[in-house]
Amino acid sequence: MRGREAIIGILLMVLLLAAPVVASQAGEPFYVTLATRIAILALAATGLNIALGLGGLVSFGHAAFFGVGGYAAGILAAHAMSMEPIAFGIPGTKQMLVIWLTAIAAGGLLALAIGAISLRTAGVYFIMITLAFAQMVYYFAISWPAYGGEDGLPILLRNQFPGVNTLRPLPFFLICYALLVACLAFFALLRGSRFGAALQASRQNETRLAAVGIPPFRIRLVAFVISGAMTALAGALFADLNRFVSPSMLSWQMSGELIVLVILGGVGRLAGPVAGAIVYVLLEYFLGGMTERWQFFLGLVLLGVVLFARGGLVGLVAGRARHG
Amino acid sequence: MAEPVLAVAGLVKSFGALKATDHVDLDLKAGEIHALIGPNGAGKSTLINQIAGVLRPDAGSIRFAGEEITHLGVAERARRGLGRTFQVSSLTPEFSALRNVMLAVQAVSGSSFRFIRPVTGDRRLTGPALAALERVGLADRARVPAAELSHGERRQLEIAIALALGSKAFLLDEPMAGMGPEGSKRLTGFLDGLRTEAPILLVEHDMNAVFALADRITVLVYGKVIASGTVEEIRADATVRKAYLGEEA
Amino acid sequence: MQLALFIEQVLNGLQLGVMLFLMAAGLTLIFGVMGLINLAHGSLYMVGAFACAAVAAWTGSFWLGLVASLAAAAAAGAVVELAVVRRLYGRDHLDQVLATFALILVFSEGTRWLFGSFPLYLDIPPQLAGAVALPGGSQYPLYRLAIIGVGVLVAVGLYLLISRTRLGMRIRAGESDREMIAALGVDVATLYTLVFALGAALAGLAGAMVGALQSVQVGMGEPVLILAFVVIVIGGIGSIKGALIGAVLVGVVDTLGRFLLPQLFGLFLAPSQAGLVGGALASMLIYVVMALILAVRPRGLFAGEG
Repeated sequence: MRGREAIIGILLMVLLLAAPVVASQAGEPFYVTLATRIAILALAATGLNIALGLGGLVSFGHAAFFGVGGYAAGILAAHAMSMEPIAFGIPGTKQMLVIWLTAIAAGGLLALAIGAISLRTAGVYFIMITLAFAQMVYYFAISWPAYGGEDGLPILLRNQFPGVNTLRPLPFFLICYALLVACLAFFALLRGSRFGAALQASRQNETRLAAVGIPPFRIRLVAFVISGAMTALAGALFADLNRFVSPSMLSWQMSGELIVLVILGGVGRLAGPVAGAIVYVLLEYFLGGMTERWQFFLGLVLLGVVLFARGGLVGLVAGRARHG
Repeated sequence: MAEPVLAVAGLVKSFGALKATDHVDLDLKAGEIHALIGPNGAGKSTLINQIAGVLRPDAGSIRFAGEEITHLGVAERARRGLGRTFQVSSLTPEFSALRNVMLAVQAVSGSSFRFIRPVTGDRRLTGPALAALERVGLADRARVPAAELSHGERRQLEIAIALALGSKAFLLDEPMAGMGPEGSKRLTGFLDGLRTEAPILLVEHDMNAVFALADRITVLVYGKVIASGTVEEIRADATVRKAYLGEEA
Repeated sequence: MQLALFIEQVLNGLQLGVMLFLMAAGLTLIFGVMGLINLAHGSLYMVGAFACAAVAAWTGSFWLGLVASLAAAAAAGAVVELAVVRRLYGRDHLDQVLATFALILVFSEGTRWLFGSFPLYLDIPPQLAGAVALPGGSQYPLYRLAIIGVGVLVAVGLYLLISRTRLGMRIRAGESDREMIAALGVDVATLYTLVFALGAALAGLAGAMVGALQSVQVGMGEPVLILAFVVIVIGGIGSIKGALIGAVLVGVVDTLGRFLLPQLFGLFLAPSQAGLVGGALASMLIYVVMALILAVRPRGLFAGEG
């Protein structure tokens, strides 16, 4: 079954690369932007997949990390444009590499703080607490006036990457795609590593994990931090894509959307987030073109998936996962 | 006189008004099998859980390998060599038998915070894991997911995991439970040879196994130790016979 | 800081607390008895509000609207339980979260389809439109006092229901051991539907009552839902007593925080800055309180107690 799953994954990634390239040649930049959105959401969902898919941690607050990454990008860019230092003389920047590192650090630190408290609980408590903490960050962001508050924070010019004209859609897409590939590779390695083994064991039987001498709390916390950092990176890219940091990136709806992306594709599967992002964005685009009430149908589809198609879409096609 | 490998002193644990562990003293010496028996509800599992670190005692101390471990958590005790099997098999169901044991090997050899190198081909993990599986007779079922193993095979796997931990002492909680006569006989023979590697604290209801294996027996009733001694002493003890009333003695 | 203003804020806090209690009580009952986390509870709150507003507009009577809200929310709850929730018992929390999240989408967009995107308005009934004089001299809206009163009545009613009736006994038994009561011949399926509908009715009642204070619009339920989660986490899942105490605590702390923190910062910051900083921190206050309580009691204050 691993073989079929790998083929699907490769197929999807090739499709995700080919479509925007073709669209760009055909002079249809809109579809390149759509593909970029897919790649970024897939990246965000891969981050969540580490905590949720591998670790079994149902975090309904990952929007906090997505948003923090976005605000990192927005704040740094805003200060670079205005030439005012942020604090303690630290200047802003419009360099993507620096922004990404900052987003990763910010997401990781926030995940450390939230995780340190939330992971002491389990089950429904954990779900509710992560939701609550993300809501806290959201309310803080909309009431802190310096960076746009409820109105959000614009990024006037897309940030810079050495040697690439990031203002054009295709080069920016390729940057996002490359990051997605890198993160997928990291996910695959993580899953197969000692840490991945411990993490998956913590999902299946934490009593057993402790009984062999590996502390489940520490494993989960590290996984949560990595997960938050990766999703924050996606947030920075998302803000750059839209040239706007919206507080809705921090909303509970966004947290739900991230979980949906992972589930649609198949929890814990490598290609799951990619499949989920493709389906979700295309649904949003095509269904949304037909009716403003497309989320009604999305809800019905989701209900169907949960009640009847338990392995997600990748599961439907590739069959039950074997862990060996 | 060498210090016992495991020494429990004055252990007390209450759940509300119920005294599950009532000033229990117990020790485990090198090279021995010490059986812990008692009627249902005697508090044997509670005692094992306190020794393993799942429960915190209200009072008393636990020393292991010369160290005070009363305040350590489950994982820390396991890392120090306290290997435990569960009354109801507790395994990682999606993992194969081999991967289950590899997890234990990973825990005692190097850090689990390695994020890149794959475990599947890693000889340092598969080697000792296969060796442990061979010792319990599960080597040909190495690739089978734990959820698909038979009940008896799961008990064997639990022991293989404890072996792979390089345990300095074994806490075995009813390893014979649910095993047919063939399996019990084999396991009894296996445990007999195991005692030289590390002493065993054996909780059991299977009296044949207990009398065949035990160097010492401690009898627990309503959380209190009512008798402790050799097999002959316990067999002859009147209070023990009374406590069991109609059970095999 | 005048006494009158302070009392007013405390009462506002109690009113918010009461509303949260109605939500949290239902949620905690549903989780305690059926082991189900229900994200769609906010949607049931919204259904109650919309039903009340629609019927009140149609008939001109708030009271008819109130009855309609209870009926509509309970009915919606029953339908949801029979059609969807029933299949989720015993499944892992992720599935429950997703399915009930999907229900939010269905309810929200469905309501938008029926009523459009603009908010509905619900008027306070004339019988409750007055004000009451408070010690200190200010006037306090009678309607808000009425809400507090309803909350107290519901709390008492729930207490009597759970401790004195056969239904309550079955609920308490179901909370302790689901399989056992089924084996004892209790019609578990009907019990579950009843409990779910009861929780839904409470949510609908809360929505209807608040609908007259704020506007009735799609999405009004989710922020309240999340606050109700905070209440349950603080109070302990499965405990109605915890829900009550947690709700009052959250309601009062949040309201007083928003009132006092800007004043506190006003002591050493410029007024406009104080307002902004104080306001931003006030919005985080109850979550910080939640985190502090969890640090000491990870399962909430009254976990496991009725």
